[in-house]
Amino acid sequence: MKQKLEALKIEALAKLQEVADPQALNDLRVKYLGKKGELTEVLRGMGGLSAEERPVIGQVVNDVRGAIEEIITAKQEAFQQQETQNRLQAEKVDVTLPGRSMAQGGIHPLTRVVQEIEDIFIGMGYRVAEGPEVETDYYNFEALNLPKNHPARDMQDSFYLTDDLLMRTQTSPVQIRTMQGMKGEAPVKIICPGKVFRRDDDDATHSFQFHQVEGLVIGRNIRMSDLKGTLQQFVQEMFGPHTGIRLRPSFFPFTEPSVEVDVSCFKCGGDGCRLCKQTGWLEILGAGMVHPKVLEMGGYDPAEFSGFAFGMGVERIAMLKYGIDDIRNFYNNDMSFVKQFKGV
Amino acid sequence: MKVSTGWLADYITLEGVAAEVLADKITAAGIEIDGVERRNKGITGIVVGYVKSKEKHPDADKLNVCIVDAGQDEDLQIVCGAKNVEAGQKVPVALVGAKLPGLDIKKAKLRGVLSQGMICSAKELGMNDKLLPKEQQEGILVLPEDTEIGRDIMKVLGLDDEILEFDLTPNRSDCLSMIGAAYEVSAILGRELSLPDPEAEIVENITKSAADSISVKIEDEAYCGHYAVRYISGVKPAVSPLWIQNRLMAAGVRPINNIVDITNYVMLEYGQPLHAFDADKIEGGNITVRLASPDEVLTTLDGQERKLEPQMLVIADGVKPVALAGVMGGLNSEVTSETVNLVLESAKFDGGTVRKTSRQLGLRSEASLRFEKEVDPRSVIPALNRAAALIAQYAGGNVYSGIVQAGTDTVEEKVLTLSLDKLNRYLGTELSLLEVKTLFARLHFPCGDGVQGHIEVKVPTRRGDISYDVDLIEEIARLYGYDNIPTTPIEGPTTPGALTKPQALRRELRRLLSHGGYQEVLGYSFIQPEQGKLFPALSEGGHAVSLAMPMSEDRSILRTSVLPQLLDIAQYNTNRRQSDLALFEIGNVFFTDEEQLTRQPRELSVLSLLLSGNRAVKQWNVATQPVDFFDLKGALETVFAHLGLTEAISYEGDSPQGYHPGRSASIYLNGNEGRVTIGTMGQIHPELQRKQDLEDTYAAEILLTPLYEAAQSRLQYQELPRFPGMERDIAVVVDSTVPAGELSALIRQHGGSLLQSVQVFDVYTGGKMETGKKSVAFSLTYRHAEHTLTDEEVGAVHELVLAALQQSFGAELRK
Repeated sequence: MKQKLEALKIEALAKLQEVADPQALNDLRVKYLGKKGELTEVLRGMGGLSAEERPVIGQVVNDVRGAIEEIITAKQEAFQQQETQNRLQAEKVDVTLPGRSMAQGGIHPLTRVVQEIEDIFIGMGYRVAEGPEVETDYYNFEALNLPKNHPARDMQDSFYLTDDLLMRTQTSPVQIRTMQGMKGEAPVKIICPGKVFRRDDDDATHSFQFHQVEGLVIGRNIRMSDLKGTLQQFVQEMFGPHTGIRLRPSFFPFTEPSVEVDVSCFKCGGDGCRLCKQTGWLEILGAGMVHPKVLEMGGYDPAEFSGFAFGMGVERIAMLKYGIDDIRNFYNNDMSFVKQFKGV
Repeated sequence: MKVSTGWLADYITLEGVAAEVLADKITAAGIEIDGVERRNKGITGIVVGYVKSKEKHPDADKLNVCIVDAGQDEDLQIVCGAKNVEAGQKVPVALVGAKLPGLDIKKAKLRGVLSQGMICSAKELGMNDKLLPKEQQEGILVLPEDTEIGRDIMKVLGLDDEILEFDLTPNRSDCLSMIGAAYEVSAILGRELSLPDPEAEIVENITKSAADSISVKIEDEAYCGHYAVRYISGVKPAVSPLWIQNRLMAAGVRPINNIVDITNYVMLEYGQPLHAFDADKIEGGNITVRLASPDEVLTTLDGQERKLEPQMLVIADGVKPVALAGVMGGLNSEVTSETVNLVLESAKFDGGTVRKTSRQLGLRSEASLRFEKEVDPRSVIPALNRAAALIAQYAGGNVYSGIVQAGTDTVEEKVLTLSLDKLNRYLGTELSLLEVKTLFARLHFPCGDGVQGHIEVKVPTRRGDISYDVDLIEEIARLYGYDNIPTTPIEGPTTPGALTKPQALRRELRRLLSHGGYQEVLGYSFIQPEQGKLFPALSEGGHAVSLAMPMSEDRSILRTSVLPQLLDIAQYNTNRRQSDLALFEIGNVFFTDEEQLTRQPRELSVLSLLLSGNRAVKQWNVATQPVDFFDLKGALETVFAHLGLTEAISYEGDSPQGYHPGRSASIYLNGNEGRVTIGTMGQIHPELQRKQDLEDTYAAEILLTPLYEAAQSRLQYQELPRFPGMERDIAVVVDSTVPAGELSALIRQHGGSLLQSVQVFDVYTGGKMETGKKSVAFSLTYRHAEHTLTDEEVGAVHELVLAALQQSFGAELRK
């Protein structure tokens, strides 16, 4: 019997050694160790052994079983490892292929600039005021110290709907509406973004529709130096901490004194480049101290209150900031243009 | 206004101030100088020569050989091709070595004859063609007989001059004159002025009274405050002296004859337009300033016949209008070479009246430009006298005694009080009384001593733009320099900055949509009238508003919908091979209820969306799939959910105009005031798609204001479920016309408190399904907050649901 077992062991180990795939391994496991396997067969024959022989043979059987199991386990492990290897090999991806993109839209560059300006002024304690695109002659002109037949009306030829109604040529009417709405309360601190319209033939730098952001501050002791301080802070937030401003006298009927505000070129830092036409300065804002007549029409006594106002063209700022050379791009809405303005 | 520095130097010394430096200073003080132009376009070595003789060139028909005395050691032999060269003329001679624009003069042989220089035309000297008097436009420039031989032509023609181009803002019409410019420069440089004194010059060299020859009358002084004339006899119209011509050309005015040139010269000098009439063409010896009569006609100096309107102001003689007041003279009273006697006019016409006339006729002139902005009433008489004196001197006129006038030049003296304290508070400065008074002195604004801190300032009549103390503050500030004003933070109470609720929500929508793949676009507020009719008005009974004078038919009404523009944008991009589009715009649309617009139209804020092409851009690992109705609806649902309005919104397939009737819906908001239409959505009507060259395109437009009002923040913690829910799926077969939404609503209604959610997860038609039927599959989730549900509990409710479906829609459970 012992001999039989030894023979079985030799045969099994030899066969197992040669086994090449997990299926064959399993077949051999069943053949030797299964319920009807050969080793089990031998065990069944142990009933006829003497009490002395039984433990000896039992020991042999266990050794044989142990040896067979050991090799099966080892083989199984090897096959497992092989399989994992094969799988990893098979699952390799080309990491240079592009990923599946997330849907991504964007906001219009003009919206982006308006929001940026709004956020800076909100941070400085301003509220955002808005008004209608169609205005009355009174709010668009008269209340801003531009009576009918005023020569300054030449500067802005307008789109009229009737003798009295027109597309607003500036967002300043919102200032008057806000002042009247505040009923003499101070301080007033608002910015007014919005669409405006002037009869211009469209070309690379003119558009009959464009956007403005205007600002208005009214209080009991508002000084021209405060206007300088405010604009200085704004341009540094908007264009970088080293940006400076320069005021040049100008004329607007609704402010006195009136100034044009230049910003030191944020591209060259003032040394002169193509953007600033070698001057080192960019003309960006109009501003001034609110004219006493405008204060009066807004319901504020000029003897008690003073204020400043400023305005800027959004398209112009966007063009300078992003290096856009044709204003018509904003309204063509070519995807290859508008989609450029996302990200940080 | 073109300001010649040479002319300016008559009134103020510019020594040591280069033109460019002066330009920068003037700009910094408030009047932008657009450019500095040198009249000398690059000439040297040109002198005045005398043509002693002219002989035909032996070998060339068109050439002459001239012997010229140019003040050199020897006479020069010059070959000249000009037709008008004659012996006895004084001419500009470019000597050998001279430079002309683009030309160097060398000794040369022309057809075998030596030429030691060149006789020049005005054009060759670089002078502006358009400004040259007619006789100088062809051939060589013939100079006056008394011109000094050998003199540098730069001096003779005033070419050693620089022109500053004043870009005037409408308030600074005082600088539409050389004297006004001189005042400005004097204030900036702080240098003294010396102005002409026409009183001293005037020669009334005839004792006859002007009043015997002419009378004047103003019908209504509202249109003309002052009208004055002088009568001058025996004038000899001719070419003006060179210095007048030079200065006119420097100012951009073309010389014509001495009479016209002098009126123009004095206008440039004083800013007061003048007009000379041929006195013998004034019928009846009287002049009336009056409004035009109906149907009156006048041919103006430019040869155009003008039909006059009753609100236009004219100058009329006893019979007919002879000039459009302040705009242009009439051809019927023009000064010609035959003119002997003159009526010289100087007046103050009302700016608004002149402006209206000039606008209505589309006729602008140097005169109207100045009158429109109100001339200085104190210049009317000095300018008249100055011109009379010049005419006497240069056109041989005899000036009759006296000025004939109507109206008056007396104006109320404007005295303003400026508080030094206010000035410093207004500007944030600390200027002393002395500094301020010094600046007023430089401006030539007389002022009091200001001992109490209140300075009385007399405003000169030339500065009509100054009416308030703040105008004076500006004068001080611009001369003091804005760079010198400090930079301060605002003092006083702080204010919280914030967006309003609609503003914040609008930003939120932009963020939501752009992060969801939609690209914002921005259209014009103007569209074509046809486009205004494509989609339903989101404002009941409202119709479109038109521009009175559109720039083009394409942009002639205010948009009633943003969708036509989104279609145009889609077409534009599709034509450029960018056809996978997800667009949105937030903007206003405009409606009025009135037939004749009298009030502002309603402006409604809308959100508009457009989808076209494929869902995702072509990718190697994503199957391209065209967008459909439910992509669009999903976007809208996300928007409504974001605003907390999912429950309040309903859709109805009622085929709104402009859309595919079977694939479109109106959108309703159910609020406190009942159900209101807030938008439309769907596939664009195939016909419209075809017109726009678009494949299947989906669009929606919704009103934002009612959404902003209804929007609520529903952010509130809800306890997490402690017991498991139970899911039951059912598929029911119903008529294919039954809306799934109604099935869901019925399920919700009968599911009671246990039913937590209902989801459609499959819709099936065709195949084995009976024609006219469809199968809709729902996934229902039941849950109880307090215990785990049993099959029995759920089964009871589920039975109710099935029964209701069966009863209301004849729904059969699909096996």
